[in-house]
Amino acid sequence: MYRYDQYDHQIVKERVAQFRNQVARRISGELTEDEFRPLRLQNGLYMQRHAYMLRVAVPYGLLSAKQMRMFAHIARKYDRGYGHFTTRQNIQYNWIELERVPDILADLASVEMHAIQTSGNCIRNITSDQFAGVAADELLDPRPYIEILRQWSTFHPEFAWLPRKFKIAVNAAAEDRAVVKAHDIGLNVVKNESGEIGFQVLVGGGLGRTPIIGSVVREFLPWQHVLTYVEAIMRVYNEYGRRDNKYKARIKILVKALGVEEFTRQVEAEWADLKDSPSTLTEQELHRVASYFVPPAYEKLSDATALLEQQRTENKAFATWMGRNVKPHKVPGYAIVTLSLKKTGTPPGDATAEQMDFVANLADHYSFGELRVTHEQNLVLADVKQSDLLALYNEAKAHGLATPNIGLLTDIICCPGGDFCSLANAKSIPIAEAIAERFDDIDFQHDIGDIELNISGCINACGHHHVGNIGVLGVDKDGSEWYQVSIGGKQGNDSAIGKIIGPSFAAGQMPEVVARLLDVYVRERHEDELFIDTVERVGIDPFKAHVYGTPIPGHTYQAGEDAYA
Amino acid sequence: MRKIIKDKAIINDDWQILKLAEGEAPDTVTVPGGKQVVPLQVWLAQKTTLAKRADIGVWLASDERAEQLKEDARSLPLIAVDFPTFADGRGYSIAYNLRARMGFEGELRAIGDVLRDQLFYMSRVGFNAFATREDRSIEDALKGLTDFSEVYQTSWDQKTPLFRRAVRAAAQEA
Repeated sequence: MYRYDQYDHQIVKERVAQFRNQVARRISGELTEDEFRPLRLQNGLYMQRHAYMLRVAVPYGLLSAKQMRMFAHIARKYDRGYGHFTTRQNIQYNWIELERVPDILADLASVEMHAIQTSGNCIRNITSDQFAGVAADELLDPRPYIEILRQWSTFHPEFAWLPRKFKIAVNAAAEDRAVVKAHDIGLNVVKNESGEIGFQVLVGGGLGRTPIIGSVVREFLPWQHVLTYVEAIMRVYNEYGRRDNKYKARIKILVKALGVEEFTRQVEAEWADLKDSPSTLTEQELHRVASYFVPPAYEKLSDATALLEQQRTENKAFATWMGRNVKPHKVPGYAIVTLSLKKTGTPPGDATAEQMDFVANLADHYSFGELRVTHEQNLVLADVKQSDLLALYNEAKAHGLATPNIGLLTDIICCPGGDFCSLANAKSIPIAEAIAERFDDIDFQHDIGDIELNISGCINACGHHHVGNIGVLGVDKDGSEWYQVSIGGKQGNDSAIGKIIGPSFAAGQMPEVVARLLDVYVRERHEDELFIDTVERVGIDPFKAHVYGTPIPGHTYQAGEDAYA
Repeated sequence: MRKIIKDKAIINDDWQILKLAEGEAPDTVTVPGGKQVVPLQVWLAQKTTLAKRADIGVWLASDERAEQLKEDARSLPLIAVDFPTFADGRGYSIAYNLRARMGFEGELRAIGDVLRDQLFYMSRVGFNAFATREDRSIEDALKGLTDFSEVYQTSWDQKTPLFRRAVRAAAQEA
């Protein structure tokens, strides 16, 4: 993985000093809260319902065992012994004291980490495929490009005060695991007819209040030009994006207002002036950064097919786990393991300090000391020997990290919601937990098969509800919390936005609503048809008819008051 | 006399910023004598007269554009860009465009909601003068110019990206 050189260290060190000074000026009263807010937001520090929340960047979701141990240390020393992995592959701490943030940043800097631009109206942490570098279906490892973009976007002087936040994702695989179409800029690594590498550039995708799938502004951009082209897009957005209404300030609204053709024309005109300038990437720089992402020292192995077959036969639970949580690796004899952070009874994406230390040990022991965070809020060990899978499974199980539910009903994507977030209209974690409890039966989940259930506590859509096969959105009606349900959304190559099925529900009704949606699926499905396929084939009407056909119990039950206070 | 930061030093400011009062129109307002920084609209409306004076600068609002001074940027001694709020980032692109595209070489001054913590970025995109908010210490604000000693990317102040300037380390052989 990428390691800081003297320049990276120096920049991050100076940032810690700068923020320490800003915090001191806030505490002394020299800065008002209004003046301090934009400064702390450039550093991932939000004022939430109960305390400050600090979001730490995990660039493209990749981290070392040492960094994970630092997360555990921070959870113990500065928080309440746990952290929350987010849909942007980052980690958040919920119980932070302002005075201690500079020390946390100094601790993070000691392991080459920071909280730079993890919030605010700037370019955020760039996300990617959690299987980058090991996926069998990728054209190449996209991480060197993302690291180059990360450095370019870090403290960019012109694009720190954009109309709104700005999210970039990069994908280089046949199957898009990075939701690139739902980003302000999505970059797909592609090869042209002459075999040259470049990017297909999409702009103006996004979730939130106005979910839109991104539009292609350029089919092929040679890789050398990626920084200048992104700069051109950013400048057009900074100049012309709306600033009068924060709900209409994302670049997707600008692209829509101008039309894709006119927007593209403006970007190309801006780029004409930047093309071939010194920001054009060199082979040398690409090779330097790529040198940090060379494959680890894999042993020469063949696939452990017979051994695994035998282990699966002897241990049904292991077989079930392998079926859901283990993916093929591009190197023979290795496998990709996803550790589930979605055990029923635990808020989705949460990990305790003990679990963090434990997965760091697993990474050291089984996976070359590296881990990844997925945007589905799970953790990945990307390079596990197939012959180690059973031992790893047994260890993970003992620590509550082997729930065999990856891609299933209880692998719920969920934002922190009203328990923590001051933006939320409604709680989301208790809804996820109630649904998980209702459908805890793993055999039932396996019968239902692949399904994505995503929950957001407000229209900002941190829980990606629009692209959930079942999407749940918390809404506020006359001061109480209600939940709007949509179906038919999906991520991946054919990303789609879900359709709302009708009037919203009380918290207590949600498990039954999901049950009724699943009833219709089980009744209507063709053999081997997934939930999403059935929704696409029969449309939303049969679902609507069944869900609203008879009264739904639980309408008086509201989600518990500040369950996590 | 008001103090500003210019070329990394605190100096006395001898320019007046002219703002249109209610009821005043760009084409009829009287521009007083002495060093005056006039709104872009006044400049455009009264250019034939004002262009004869050597003591006229122009200020841009954040929703105006560097291109509107395309013909004049090379001859003006001072252009100011207003930041109506700290978080309005348009002024950074206006400054970059004035320097990089319009060939402006005079004093480029940030006015409005200008505070210490913006100065480093502002200096990078081409500002060399800062009328920081008068309710805050200008000596403190000066420190904002030196928050960082190294940068990754190009802007007006640094035309060569770090990867072309420095010999940076590749991964060590395992």
